[in-house]
Amino acid sequence: MAPALTTEKPLRDDHDGATAPAAVRISRVHKTFGRPGTAQPVLDDITLDVRPGEFVCLLGASGCGKSTLLNLVAGLDAPTSGTIEVPGGRPALMFQEHALFPWLTAGRNIELALRMRGVPRAGRRAEAERLLDLVRLGGAYGKRVHELSGGMRQRVALARALAQDSKVLLMDEPFAALDAITRDVLHGELTRVWEGTELSVLFVTHNVREAVRLGERVVLLSSRPGRVAREWAVDIPQPRRIEDAAVADLSVEITEELRGEIRRHGRH
Amino acid sequence: MAGTETTTAAAGERGGPDGRGDLASVEAGLDALDAVQVKRVPITHTLLHKVLPPVVAVLLVLAVWKLLVLAEVTDDYKLPDPSAVWRSLRGLWLQGTLGGIVWTSVSRGLLGFLAALALGTPLGLLVARVKVVRSALGPILSGLQSLPSVAWVPAAVIWLGITDAAMYAVILLGAVPSIANGLVSGIDQVPPLYLRAGRTIGATGVRGAWHVLLPAALPGYISGLKQGWAFSWRSLMAAELIASSPDLGLGLGQYLENARTDSDMPGVLLGIALILVVGIAIDLIIFSPLERRVLRNRGLLAGAR
Ligand SMILES: Nc1ncnc2c1ncn2[C@@H]1O[C@H](COP(=O)(O)OP(=O)(O)O)[C@@H](O)[C@H]1O
Ligand SMILES: [Mg+2]
Repeated sequence: MAPALTTEKPLRDDHDGATAPAAVRISRVHKTFGRPGTAQPVLDDITLDVRPGEFVCLLGASGCGKSTLLNLVAGLDAPTSGTIEVPGGRPALMFQEHALFPWLTAGRNIELALRMRGVPRAGRRAEAERLLDLVRLGGAYGKRVHELSGGMRQRVALARALAQDSKVLLMDEPFAALDAITRDVLHGELTRVWEGTELSVLFVTHNVREAVRLGERVVLLSSRPGRVAREWAVDIPQPRRIEDAAVADLSVEITEELRGEIRRHGRH
Repeated sequence: MAGTETTTAAAGERGGPDGRGDLASVEAGLDALDAVQVKRVPITHTLLHKVLPPVVAVLLVLAVWKLLVLAEVTDDYKLPDPSAVWRSLRGLWLQGTLGGIVWTSVSRGLLGFLAALALGTPLGLLVARVKVVRSALGPILSGLQSLPSVAWVPAAVIWLGITDAAMYAVILLGAVPSIANGLVSGIDQVPPLYLRAGRTIGATGVRGAWHVLLPAALPGYISGLKQGWAFSWRSLMAAELIASSPDLGLGLGQYLENARTDSDMPGVLLGIALILVVGIAIDLIIFSPLERRVLRNRGLLAGAR
């Protein structure tokens, strides 16, 4: 544990990025399932900050502990050691499965999140409609979840996550189950929504191109144990396209690195 | 690292100033293509495929019955003509007692069911959510569910005498375990994803139970209610048959028992038919529509309505 980090007072200092408070501060986090000592740690000494308003993509092979880390940040599980601070309060979380409640309409799903946040009844309907408009699903208020396509469901799930009005949005491979064209459209929507808000995003994926398409920073996790292997700043201006040459070039470089990480495990 | 020249070159190919106009149009196209069409089944289709087959089946049974009577396979007092049963029914109707008999049993059944609901629901919640209670009561509840509730009638009569209270006791002992077990399995089958999603939007504790856990468990709960009604009705008929007394109002079970003591076979068959029809009717009027509605709202009902 690093006392310097936990006692540090967040400073409002916008011209100096180094002292600005982090939106998410993960310091020296270890996570072992089962009895410590017996099992190999899933996460080993992860230290990672997400700055306010930053879009960070967490990249890694399947099973390297990405979901585990995200669950820790979401507060759904506790680290074995180390600290996680999310000064802005409970983060919003989106899963690979839409996780919308099938007994509620699209609009009511969003209203439930508003209600849990304490928004008074009178304002909920209008706010839900506004959020649906934001994800370009203006007419979907009364639609049942099963009447929506996969892409529309994830957009409603995004609107529900935004309804929490959190400072941080955690996304766990939210587009992995979608077809390429739909995913492409949702990348555009997510970028647009993110640019229009102060939201910090921690986006987990195993898809290198997706990470480069979306992130301002791509963090590569190694497997077994999960450690931060390397990170890249992505200097390509938004809006990007997944087929852009610059995106492709950086993806090739990162993929090479990811292959190397995976190859290490075949050697013993 | 990425070069800026390539980026601008790529941006130039996009057509629009920011490439977002065509994103919106692709999205609109996808939404139109992907939107699931929920089709409604026309009423004629429902009549043809849902109503006609059981009607035909009943007519077939009546036809076979009539043939057996015509073939004189057995004595008339054992197998009366279908028309004799019809005459009994008309007789009851003309005396004006038919409604009273049915209502006595139905009101007992529904009242007992409501009491079972009020007891079974909190019991199910406790068993599902409290570990100690589950290990203590869970196996007993499952066991009770397979005990025919007619076995409780002698005990109920000794405790409570031949009274309405004994009837209700037998109904409760039959229906409470089904309702509680239905809720338990409904809660057990809730996908953990919903609970996680609920927790991330802040629905925890009592609010989580009310807004997420219970609605998610509703399909299992309702099938428990359906089964609970079937058990209530069966238990009540057993109780009325065995513990029949002139002091209690005349219900279907007593009517059946009276017909037996009078060796009135048409009356016996009529009693059986009425018990069957009422049991099915309550299910069709109350529980099936409730279940269909819940399942349809969740898209769990394949196509037909
Ligand atoms: N609750 C758990 N209990 C035991 N092991 C777990 C648990 N959750 C995840 N793991 C293990 O931790 C590793 C990382 O899992 P996960 O975080 O889901 O990976 P990723 O999301 O990167 O695919 C896997 O080897 C998985 O088997
Ligand atoms: Mg995962």
